[in-house]
Amino acid sequence: MFLVRRLANYVVLIFLATTFAYLLAATTLDPRANYAEMRPQPSEEQVDARLDELNLNDKTPLAERYAYWVGDIATGDFGLSVRGTSVNEEMARRVGVSLRLILFGTVIGATSGILVGAYGAVKQYRFFDRASTGAAFFVLSVPAVVIAISLQVIAVWINEATGVRIFQYAGEYTTGLDAGFWGRLGNRIQHAVLPTLALAIGQFAAFSRYQRNMMLDVLGSDFVRTAMAKGLTRRRAFFKHALRTALIPTVTYFTFVFGIMLAGTTFTEKIYGWNGMGSWVIDSIVTNDVNAVAAVSCFMAICVMAASFFSDILYAWLDPRVRVS
Amino acid sequence: MSMSAERVASETETGQEGGTDETRIPGRWSVVLGTMLRQRRVLVGLAVLLLLVAAAWIGPLLSPWGFEERDYASFLRPPSPEHWLGTDNTGRDLYIITLVGLQKSIIIGLLVAVITTAVAAVVGAFAGYFLNLTDKVLMWVTDLALVLPSFLILAILFPAIRDSGWIVFVLLLAAFGWMITAKMVRGMTISLKEREYVYAARYMGVSPVRIIFRHIIPNMSSLLIVDATINVSSAIIAETSLSYFGFGVQAPDVSLGTLIALGSRQAVTHPWTFVFCTGLLIVLVMAVNLIGEGLRDALDPQSKSRRA
Amino acid sequence: MTSTETKTGDPTGERNPEAPVLEVEDLHVTFPGVNRAPDIRAVRGVSYRLNRGEVLGIVGESGSGKSVSSLAAMGLLPEYAKVSGSVRLKGKEILGLDDRRLAEIRGRTISMVFQDPLSALTPVYTVGDQIIEAVQIHNPQVGRAKARERAVRLLELVGIPNAAQRAGAFPHEFSGGMRQRVMIAMAMANDPDVIICDEPTTALDVTIQAQVLELLKTAQRETGAAIVMITHDLGVVAGFVDRVLVMYAGRPVETGTVDEVYHRPRMPYTMGLLGAVPRLDLAEHAPLVPIKGNPPSLAELPPGCPFAPRCPIALPQCLAAEPSLLRIGAQPGLAEIDAAPGAAGESGGPDTGEHRVACIRSGEIDTEQWTGADIYPLPEIPEGEATRIPREERPVVLEVQDLVKHHPLMKGAIFKRRVGTVYAVDGISFDIREHETLGLVGESGCGKSTTLMEILSLDKPARGKVVVLGRESGTLTGRERFDIRRDLQVVFQDPMSALDPRMPVFEIVAEPLRTHGRSRKEINRRVRELLDLVGLDASHAARYPAEFSGGQRQRIGIARALALEPRVLVLDEPVSALDVSIQAGVINLLEELQARLGLAYLFVAHDLSVVRHLADRVAVMYLGRIVEIGDVRSVYTEPAHPYTQALLSAIPIPDPEKERARAHVVLEGDLPSPANPPSGCRFRTRCQKFRALTGEDQRRCLTEEPALQPVSGGDHTAACHYAEKRAVV
Repeated sequence: MFLVRRLANYVVLIFLATTFAYLLAATTLDPRANYAEMRPQPSEEQVDARLDELNLNDKTPLAERYAYWVGDIATGDFGLSVRGTSVNEEMARRVGVSLRLILFGTVIGATSGILVGAYGAVKQYRFFDRASTGAAFFVLSVPAVVIAISLQVIAVWINEATGVRIFQYAGEYTTGLDAGFWGRLGNRIQHAVLPTLALAIGQFAAFSRYQRNMMLDVLGSDFVRTAMAKGLTRRRAFFKHALRTALIPTVTYFTFVFGIMLAGTTFTEKIYGWNGMGSWVIDSIVTNDVNAVAAVSCFMAICVMAASFFSDILYAWLDPRVRVS
Repeated sequence: MSMSAERVASETETGQEGGTDETRIPGRWSVVLGTMLRQRRVLVGLAVLLLLVAAAWIGPLLSPWGFEERDYASFLRPPSPEHWLGTDNTGRDLYIITLVGLQKSIIIGLLVAVITTAVAAVVGAFAGYFLNLTDKVLMWVTDLALVLPSFLILAILFPAIRDSGWIVFVLLLAAFGWMITAKMVRGMTISLKEREYVYAARYMGVSPVRIIFRHIIPNMSSLLIVDATINVSSAIIAETSLSYFGFGVQAPDVSLGTLIALGSRQAVTHPWTFVFCTGLLIVLVMAVNLIGEGLRDALDPQSKSRRA
Repeated sequence: MTSTETKTGDPTGERNPEAPVLEVEDLHVTFPGVNRAPDIRAVRGVSYRLNRGEVLGIVGESGSGKSVSSLAAMGLLPEYAKVSGSVRLKGKEILGLDDRRLAEIRGRTISMVFQDPLSALTPVYTVGDQIIEAVQIHNPQVGRAKARERAVRLLELVGIPNAAQRAGAFPHEFSGGMRQRVMIAMAMANDPDVIICDEPTTALDVTIQAQVLELLKTAQRETGAAIVMITHDLGVVAGFVDRVLVMYAGRPVETGTVDEVYHRPRMPYTMGLLGAVPRLDLAEHAPLVPIKGNPPSLAELPPGCPFAPRCPIALPQCLAAEPSLLRIGAQPGLAEIDAAPGAAGESGGPDTGEHRVACIRSGEIDTEQWTGADIYPLPEIPEGEATRIPREERPVVLEVQDLVKHHPLMKGAIFKRRVGTVYAVDGISFDIREHETLGLVGESGCGKSTTLMEILSLDKPARGKVVVLGRESGTLTGRERFDIRRDLQVVFQDPMSALDPRMPVFEIVAEPLRTHGRSRKEINRRVRELLDLVGLDASHAARYPAEFSGGQRQRIGIARALALEPRVLVLDEPVSALDVSIQAGVINLLEELQARLGLAYLFVAHDLSVVRHLADRVAVMYLGRIVEIGDVRSVYTEPAHPYTQALLSAIPIPDPEKERARAHVVLEGDLPSPANPPSGCRFRTRCQKFRALTGEDQRRCLTEEPALQPVSGGDHTAACHYAEKRAVV
């Protein structure tokens, strides 16, 4: 029952967020401007007709456009893009690209971050701890954009230095490559390494710092002492009792980091030329594509909600204290 | 006793940010200040930050070139005695524009942080103290703001604010930065509310709003200070990212973000256009983060890393 | 205690019973100072020796180093602590062993029970798994099923009902007492030779404390282990241990058999401590012995006896060097000290088992036969005028009638929903008249704090009424409420959290005055007056609460409560967070203030000894109801309700002879959930009397809720169908 209520609340929030984005975009973006540069210059009637078709005409009252849009949304249709293609189809193509990136980036970044953070806490003030803390600290001070660009620059250097194109940094795969399944897979991986790394590095830094702090909090607690008093060695008590407990707050932290990472995908996709949802954010705004903007907002809101829901579930699974009996 | 009488005179009724004159008394604040300054990280961070501020405001005076001046004789030149950091593709002196950009980034970072933290403190404290309906409404707004992809909204709003200057940009950045702090403040308020001194104030008839400003918010000052510091760096980073895509600071204003955007396109071929502004940005953010970290250790009694 | 059967194998056979199992010699623990702060010398030369099956009590106030010394012995201190000296376990040196070797010993030969059962169990594993782990870690060859069997048997042994099923439950599903039982089961898992108990009952209610102490006795009988009992409670030690070691400022200051130390203390500190405890068994109303001052900081100890600054009989020679722990009469004479100052500085060598004292005047105290009352100046507490006016003629200042407070019971941290109602306060009535103190006592969860909050909120209660000084709560306008607040003030339990740490003391005490619109001049005068009244130096007004000790902070809280000259003061466990020696001073202050200012107190406490000392009347609460109420003398000497009897009987008396002679009523089980109180008499599930009744008589308890009925003349009433007076103290 509460699950249903919660989901309903999510749906309402997502809908409101999307509406808000739609209304903002509809009032500030100017699709008409797209036709100003066109040669031959289309007549105003032609433009109006085209814009009406796309439900983008600024001469139609906003309320009417909105009503039409909501009607479409109710049937699961995000309308047409400025080019007249279906937003849904475009989204279907792009979602997979972004989700792959997000999934791999998160899994790699979070796992390595948690492991390194936990180990750092156990070895507090030893070399490993200092090095990993320092690295994480540095990364956190560098904007995602700069990370992505710097990785690209480094890749160029390496490619030039070795004379082999080890790293690819433009697009998802080489178009028109005919190398069979394995060749194509290899090619995709070649392309994916850098963007995934760019995303994962930020995640790694955030998680390793957080996990280290949580772990330090738990290491001094009474139950770790109890475990040692039972006869566990310090190390074993740390990993069996402390780490397991220190994972719980990290799960909540995941939701916070996730939002930041979503923004990160925008830069990464844009810089590495991937046609995912992230780069669509920029593209749709630049092309005054109101319907696409709404679709992207909706996707992002769903992602944030899903992450929060996922972390709640994980939390309940990890912490017996909150399990609903 | 005269000391206390003096304090009575100087203490304002709300005492929200009574921190400034509290240092006079050998008490908690001087202890905190002592711990703070004993933190090497805080000292180093502060020193670097001051250095950067000095560079940003005094540095431009040392250069023969003006901010809007262009040297049509040299485009995209590497650093030389004439152009200390080289020139960009329109012949602007990179030294001068980088420092001016640094100015803007510092101002934006500080302003956004102050506004964000203030909003977060008030929203969180009211939600946490009154709970019930106030809490539901405020937290719902907070959740909504969290769900909205802030980057996207800022980018959409960009055409509308393009001409209103960077102050509006600052307000917008702040409008999307307060939510997480507000949630933290709310949680803390709920626990602070159960403190006996809050009950004591309530049972002597102090009004709730006054309790919030007199007892609740000052007792979160360590969290707020630390968070404000962290917000400085996240604001700077947000500014950079937005400006990178052209949704931020607009010409003729420059910020480190716009410079990085410019430089990144030729990072491989003309590294000086990219390296200096990026380097300064990273140093700036790191200095602020260092202060934040150090402050957390100094102010947060829970912090374990205070040892050794 | 459900079962006492199971394994009986006596492992003492091959060992020499004379050889001590644990010998600690000249143990020192130092925590290096951080950021150029001075080192903290937490333990400075502790020696003791523990024979097989012996029980040693280590007594001391907070910060005396009693816990640190035992943690050091087990190698459980953080790595940065510096430990030196010698710890021999069955003749083998274990100090300085590496972690792996120590881990083999920990939990097998020597095990530990910690203070706070809330945080001492890992929250994410079931208790069964945690005990299984304790079994398997030392016996890897034992299979999972065997280990599980053993775990269940251990749980049964420590009295967990339904052990096989409860083994699968998580720690948070157990009550505090049950968790402590689990801890004990874990400590017993491998039949250790030594069990160290670090304040095992401090976090528990008295009736549960009595259960746990019984259980520890059983555990000792079962395993034949020697026990080190660390506590601040002189009562707990009295009936339980063979020998006592009193610690002060990181050092033992007196040691001997429990009778020697309790009946013939020869160290002024021990004497003061024993005099500072309010006694349940002493009816006459003498003021308590307050030890002035505070324990010294362990970071910067001055030379000489650390207790000298607080000692009423300190001599200049006491400051020359720290006295050693020596046999009575073996201390150097004053002339010798003058001749060679600083000569006696060692900790006194190994434990010889004799009564030894670290005080250069111990010989003198012994020959003169001084007692605490002889050396400590007793404060004089004036008799209040009002006590001479009979109670009936004094006006009622606070009246509570049929007060009810229910709150919803929520479940789930993420998915919150209401699953029931907590009947926190379920219809209680009492009144307080001018100049008198009503003690409201009961265990945690009985609703006493809720009652207090309901009174203070001045809101309309869900049912019943609260009348403060003739005005009924809930019918007041905002202005009237504000005015009533002046006459009704509160002092809280925790001196740490009762004062805003960000405000200087002056501001704290001035806050009520300012809120009620006093002029600045008046505030200045009044604050000084108040600080003076509670015995604080007015020149400290500019300091922050953190700079004061617990007792001083509690005094500041009292000064704040008195600022508006209230007529009723509500005290929520005002001394329970304080050390004994500090507590006595605050209790004396409260008594004095009442006599001087004619206040009425509503005193909420779980400590019945303090209530006996301070209150005129007492109300005993159980599960939201008052089960017995009456004048203190009558209730304490002739309690009529079985719960009151059990409660009083559960409190240990700091007198070994009396304590050994007492028969304790040990209640079964835990407090039932206030969300689901038993039918009829709420106490029947744990009632010792109920069990003795015939089936027919029991029916009445099951169906009919007893009302308060007079038990004798006066207004002493009890809510029991079969109330019967019985002396238990």
